Amino acid sequence: MRPEWQTIIAILLMTLATYATRVGGLWLASRLPLSGRVEAWLGYIPGAILVSLVAPVVVSGGLVEALAALAVVAVALKTGNLLASMLTGVGAVLILRTVIG
Amino acid sequence: MPEKTGRTENRPANDTVTFTLNGALRGARMCAPIAASGFAIGLVFGVLARQAGLGAGEATLMSALVFAGAAQFVVMGLWASPVPVATVVLATLIVNLRHLLMGAALAPYFTGLSRLKAYGSAFFMADENWALAMGEFGKGRQDAAFLIGGGLIMCASWTTSTLIGGSLGTAISDPARWGLDFAFTAVFLALLCGMWRGRRDLLPWILAAAVAVAAERWLPGQWYILLGGLAGSLAGVARRAA
Repeated sequence: MRPEWQTIIAILLMTLATYATRVGGLWLASRLPLSGRVEAWLGYIPGAILVSLVAPVVVSGGLVEALAALAVVAVALKTGNLLASMLTGVGAVLILRTVIG
Repeated sequence: MPEKTGRTENRPANDTVTFTLNGALRGARMCAPIAASGFAIGLVFGVLARQAGLGAGEATLMSALVFAGAAQFVVMGLWASPVPVATVVLATLIVNLRHLLMGAALAPYFTGLSRLKAYGSAFFMADENWALAMGEFGKGRQDAAFLIGGGLIMCASWTTSTLIGGSLGTAISDPARWGLDFAFTAVFLALLCGMWRGRRDLLPWILAAAVAVAAERWLPGQWYILLGGLAGSLAGVARRAA
C-alpha cells in the first residue's frame, strides 16, 4: 500500500504538536526567574501528575485494581525496588482478575 | 559525590547536573522493564492502526516520530478516510498538554545544559522516563542524560512493536487479560512512594487525586492528568505562601 500524502501530513503535524508540548514547558520555565515560589511549584508537579495518573485507575477501577494497588505500595515501601513493584502489580491483577473475574 | 539525603528543597545546584553516557545507560537500564510492557501495548497499537486504515509503515512512522501512546490511541479512534487532519492534530495537542507541566518540572535541571542536549532530550520525554528521571534527580543523582537514555529504549521498543503489530495485523489478544495494562500504574505508584516528602505533600496529593478522579469521570479525553497536576501543584505553593 502506498502511503497517502494526507496521512503523512497528519503524522508530521502530530509530531510538531507533540514536540511543541514537550519543549514548551521546558522553554517557558527556563525563562522564568527562579524565585522561591516558582521553584516550590515545580517541585510539587511530579507528585501531583503521578497522583493524577493513578488515582482514576485505582478509584474507578474496582476491587481488583484497588487490591493490586495496595500490594504494589506495600512492596514499594518495603523493597524500594521498581521492577519488583511492577511485577507485583501485573501479577496481582492477573491473579485477581482470574479469581474475582 | 555524596548523595543528598533530605529532599526538603528542590533547588538543584546547577553545576552538579551532569550529562554523561553512564547516566543515559542507567536511564535505559531502569526503563527497560517499562519498555518491555510498552512492547505489548505497541503490538496492540500496530494492530489497531491497521484496522483504522493506516499502513504498517505509516503506523511505524507515527510511533517513531510522535512517540506518545495515549495520543496515538485517541487519534486511531478519530481516523477516517479522508484523514480529518485538523481534528487529529488538535486531539494530539490536547492529550499531550500535560507535557507542558512535565517539561516545566525538568527545567531546573536542564537550564545549564546546551540547547541541543535539552531540546533533544525533550523529544524523548514520555510519562514513564520523565517520572523515573524526576525520582532520580530528587535523590541527588542529577545526570540529565537519564531522560534520553530511558526515552530511547522506550521509543525503540514502541516503534518496533508497532511495526510487528502492524505487519502481523492479526487480532492480538487484549493486554488487559495479562494484567499488562496495570504495569504503568504500578510503576507510577511505586515512584510515588519514593516521592513523598512529608506532610506538606498531603493536601496537594489529595487535591490532585480528587480533581483527577472527577475530571476523568465528567470530562472527555485526558484532561484529568493536566487538571489534577495543576490543582495539586498550585495548592502546594498556595499553602506555602499563605
